[in-house]
Amino acid sequence: MSDTEITALAPMGMITLRGDLETLGRAVEAVTACPLPDRRLSTAAGAHRVLWMSPDELMLLTGYDEAPALAASLTNALAAEFATVAVVSDARAVFDITGPGARQVITSLAPVDLRALAETEVRRTRLAQIPAAFWRTGDGFRLICFRSVAKYAEDVLRNAAGTHPMVQGA
Amino acid sequence: MSFRLASGGSRIDRDRPVRFTFDGREFIGFHGDTLASALLANGQMLMGRSFKYHRPRSVVASGPEEPNALVGVGTGRSFEPNRRATEQSIYDGLTARSQNAWPSLAFDIGRVNDLGARFLPTGFYYKTFMAPRPFWKHVFEPFIRRAAGLGDAPSEPDEDRYEHRYIHVDTLVVGGGIAGLLAAKAAATAGERVLLVERSSRFGGRSVVDGAEIDGMTAPDWVKATVQGLEAADNVTVTSRCEGSGVYDHGYALCLEDLTDHLAEKTGPRDRLWRVRAGRIVTATGAIERPLAFAGNDLPGVVLASAMRDYVVDYGVSFGDRTVIVTNNDDAYRTAEALLAAGLQVPAILDAREEVNSHLIQKIKDMGVKVHVGRGIAKVLGRDRVKGVAVCLQAGEGAVLQEIACDAVAMSGGWSPVVHLWSHCGGKLIWDEAKVMFRPDPDRPPKDAAGQGFVVAVGAASGALTVGEVLAETASAMGIEPPTCEPETEAPLKPVWMMPQGAGADLRAKMWLDYQNDVKVSDIRLAAQEGFESVEHAKRYTTLGMATDQGKLSNINGLAVLADRLQDTIPQVGTTTFRPPYTPITIGALAGEARGEIFQPLRRTPMHDWNNANSAHWEPVGQWRRPYCYLRGGETPEQAVAREVTNTRQHVGLLDASTLGKILVRGPDAGAFLDMLYTNMMSTLKPGRCRYGLMCDENGFLIDDGVVARIDEQTWLCHTTTGGADRIHGWMEDWLQCEWWDWQVHTVNLTEQFAQIAIVGPTARDVLDAIGGMDVSADALPFMAWADGTLGGTDVRVYRISFSGELSYEIAVPATQAQALWDKLIEAGEALGMMPYGTEALHVLRAEKGFIMIGDETDGTVIPQDLGLGWAISKKKTDYLGKRGQQRSEFQRPDRWKLVGLQTVDGSVLEDGAYAIAEGKNENGQTNVQGRVTSTYHSPTLGQGIAMGLVERGPERMGEVLRFTRIGKDPVEARIVSPVFYDPEGEKQNV
Repeated sequence: MSDTEITALAPMGMITLRGDLETLGRAVEAVTACPLPDRRLSTAAGAHRVLWMSPDELMLLTGYDEAPALAASLTNALAAEFATVAVVSDARAVFDITGPGARQVITSLAPVDLRALAETEVRRTRLAQIPAAFWRTGDGFRLICFRSVAKYAEDVLRNAAGTHPMVQGA
Repeated sequence: MSFRLASGGSRIDRDRPVRFTFDGREFIGFHGDTLASALLANGQMLMGRSFKYHRPRSVVASGPEEPNALVGVGTGRSFEPNRRATEQSIYDGLTARSQNAWPSLAFDIGRVNDLGARFLPTGFYYKTFMAPRPFWKHVFEPFIRRAAGLGDAPSEPDEDRYEHRYIHVDTLVVGGGIAGLLAAKAAATAGERVLLVERSSRFGGRSVVDGAEIDGMTAPDWVKATVQGLEAADNVTVTSRCEGSGVYDHGYALCLEDLTDHLAEKTGPRDRLWRVRAGRIVTATGAIERPLAFAGNDLPGVVLASAMRDYVVDYGVSFGDRTVIVTNNDDAYRTAEALLAAGLQVPAILDAREEVNSHLIQKIKDMGVKVHVGRGIAKVLGRDRVKGVAVCLQAGEGAVLQEIACDAVAMSGGWSPVVHLWSHCGGKLIWDEAKVMFRPDPDRPPKDAAGQGFVVAVGAASGALTVGEVLAETASAMGIEPPTCEPETEAPLKPVWMMPQGAGADLRAKMWLDYQNDVKVSDIRLAAQEGFESVEHAKRYTTLGMATDQGKLSNINGLAVLADRLQDTIPQVGTTTFRPPYTPITIGALAGEARGEIFQPLRRTPMHDWNNANSAHWEPVGQWRRPYCYLRGGETPEQAVAREVTNTRQHVGLLDASTLGKILVRGPDAGAFLDMLYTNMMSTLKPGRCRYGLMCDENGFLIDDGVVARIDEQTWLCHTTTGGADRIHGWMEDWLQCEWWDWQVHTVNLTEQFAQIAIVGPTARDVLDAIGGMDVSADALPFMAWADGTLGGTDVRVYRISFSGELSYEIAVPATQAQALWDKLIEAGEALGMMPYGTEALHVLRAEKGFIMIGDETDGTVIPQDLGLGWAISKKKTDYLGKRGQQRSEFQRPDRWKLVGLQTVDGSVLEDGAYAIAEGKNENGQTNVQGRVTSTYHSPTLGQGIAMGLVERGPERMGEVLRFTRIGKDPVEARIVSPVFYDPEGEKQNV
């Protein structure tokens, strides 16, 4: 599985939105062209992706530098509603898991049935001992977890991929 | 003497010799051999010593049920004890060693235990507790310690890696014999996702050895074709060397796959633990042959009849030229057939039944084998191995009719279905009178969340013993047509629990039930006599079934003996509980990837690497690592803490406070919500201002504290303790989702979004001014205010709050920009003598100011009023969480232990947790106490020990001197003082 790559990505713009999903969805679509995702799914348009997180929570992915302005316009658009918008771009780390062994890396660490994972599904789950979420990208997966445990996430991913120094006896 | 036959051995490759060592001696076996078969082929029958009496032991079985042939495999960092030689494949360079023998396997000094067997009666361990105490210490304990234990525990860290693998399937089939293969094929054909696991390296189970014709093919051909078909199917995962270890609720199962234990060249993980979620679990785990209880049935050379066939057919290994077969059923006759086919002799078959006949029996008789019916073995002749048997009437007391010389004895007491996996999750058993076995009761399977059974037992595991029964019942369970096969009928089995049935005490004391733990028929009978009538009690009292094999061979025989002694029926006595795993799993396999650096997640603040590079002396705080202090030069941690405290008080310090919880609370009802959560009023806080608040649980106990900032009309930011970040967020969501679901409030946990850096000390303002970017003057940013701005070009939010009593700013900054800001602060502070400080200095600084710490001054029994925090409890609010709890009479008692400062008379530091001594003793003869220390430090500022503590009526007793306990020393005196040791007027922080 050494042709399986674990890549730590640069910080990504992330915005948490809480409120009535229909209401949030209208505002998000107006600003990003991403329609409201169905339960557990995500939608994408251009450089934006919207993740369904819970019955009253969405997460909007964007460029790191774009996030504050985007959040401000969403806050404006939702000013009259009971809704909360918060920039959380620094709260999470992002990894790409690509290559032929990507599925095995995931199933070594997360109790997930990948065959039941829809094309645009966002799987909020457990990665070994930490919370994480992932979705499909090309020939692999993109995974997010909390920033403070990014090193652990990278280590367990590389360990499962067989590319961690600990595995290679270094 | 055992030896390798000139031909035969379907599992071995005679062209591929394999060299290995056992107890330092080199042996040569063949590729495909197990350690047991290879040792037997070399004439090495002795493989271990029993646990209690150190009796010489050889293999009795050929599979996972083997109790005797346990060995240590590997050396140093790869050593593993208690591996079954019957399942350990040999490979070039394998190193194995015997266990529980000293000084050597052949001559073991512990054998003396055997002679002393009458001094080690049933319940020996328990009985020793009743003896006079000195006996325990000087006689029993040293003796037990020396004799205890089978394998040695590994003494070095494991060098291997292990991995877990999650898999979701419609059907998990455990066991790759003909029943399991047929079940897997049925499920696969129906389009289900299937995982088939077979614990051996070969599919087909007993059919491959015992032979059968299925669908017009020989059993091996049918097995091969079926396995190939399954392997070719996309929807089936087929795994050998993989044991179904345990079945748990909701279709969860653990399977352990051996990846490298059988290989000379080992790469990658050693084991893979499959964590299976299955819609349905089919247990096709086969059955285990039962030994017969006759005197001397543990001698090397006494082997289960089916195992003897395996050794001959699979490995071309014989236990000796002449084998006497003793049985109570037809199956053992197959062993005669196999032995004769290999050119070996069967001088006699002793059949405990009277007047039996069947096609198979007739066939064996026709081959010239003498069958003695109604006979049994009175005793096995020989001391260290079989020399012959003394024959008796099964119905009698053991009078010897004749002696027959032989090299080995093949015994069969019938078959017990492997019901372990069926039973792990609550599947019930029924006693089958005709087949003399406990088998799964199909009407009472383990049930899933919907109340439906999710485990199906098929094949021998469900009690089907002939090939025809196995195929027909499996097909029926899976809803398919059965393959064709020749029907066969066997004569009925006769239950034989003791041989002969009227054996006297002498013989009973030599009839082994549990080989590993040396439990004999006499022990079970004694336990029953002493009143241990429950099978669970008798098990623990005698240790029957408590060794590493968990009684696979001994349980049924043991409980039958118990039932007989109690004059009860076997189903009435019942079985002990079957618990996972089926065979032992190493801790390494269970831990999976969790070892070394990734043993558990370590939470790192954005400044973690800087802290590490700057000699942080780490302290674990939950899963975080925080600097306890930063060591400079050759400092001790104590010296570093004192320097950090003094420097912060005199100049300025900076603290990585990123671990603090930061929870955004927002919405039209957020003010009302926070008024319920905190004991004081948060709704009246003005935007731009901060307020310290306390949170209590419904009982009124203090659970968290922190500073709340009002951001705008609808938004508050609540700081929690480090440990409270997730807990308090969950607490908030609990109330919002379950109780006040109609309140319009959102929470967002921003703990990970922001790093927080505290700049603390008289020149803190100068540091920020040196970086520049925002006005942090007393006018622009007064005490308990906050402001957004930029510092050195970085967007920040600055809170003017203090946990030290000094002028102090806490700067929140997006995490990814935190290190850059930290660097700028360090640079700007250099000229002002700024030094970073750690958690211990933080603690000393707050204690000097009399600030409480959640977890130090609180322990789940303390209310805010105990801590002199009544000022932070609103009298105006009609309600808050904990208000009613705090009104309970217990909390109104005037003699409650309350917070005070403590100052030692001699300036020393009180011990943490020390008690204040009161007059007299309590009813248990313990010294009465009147208070305890909750926090204690050396204060560099005051140059002496300071402490906080809870003391009975403490605040009313200012100036009083109490005596505090010290471990191993005389008590020390301390005076009750105000908890605020430093700057009681608060002038320093408000400048």
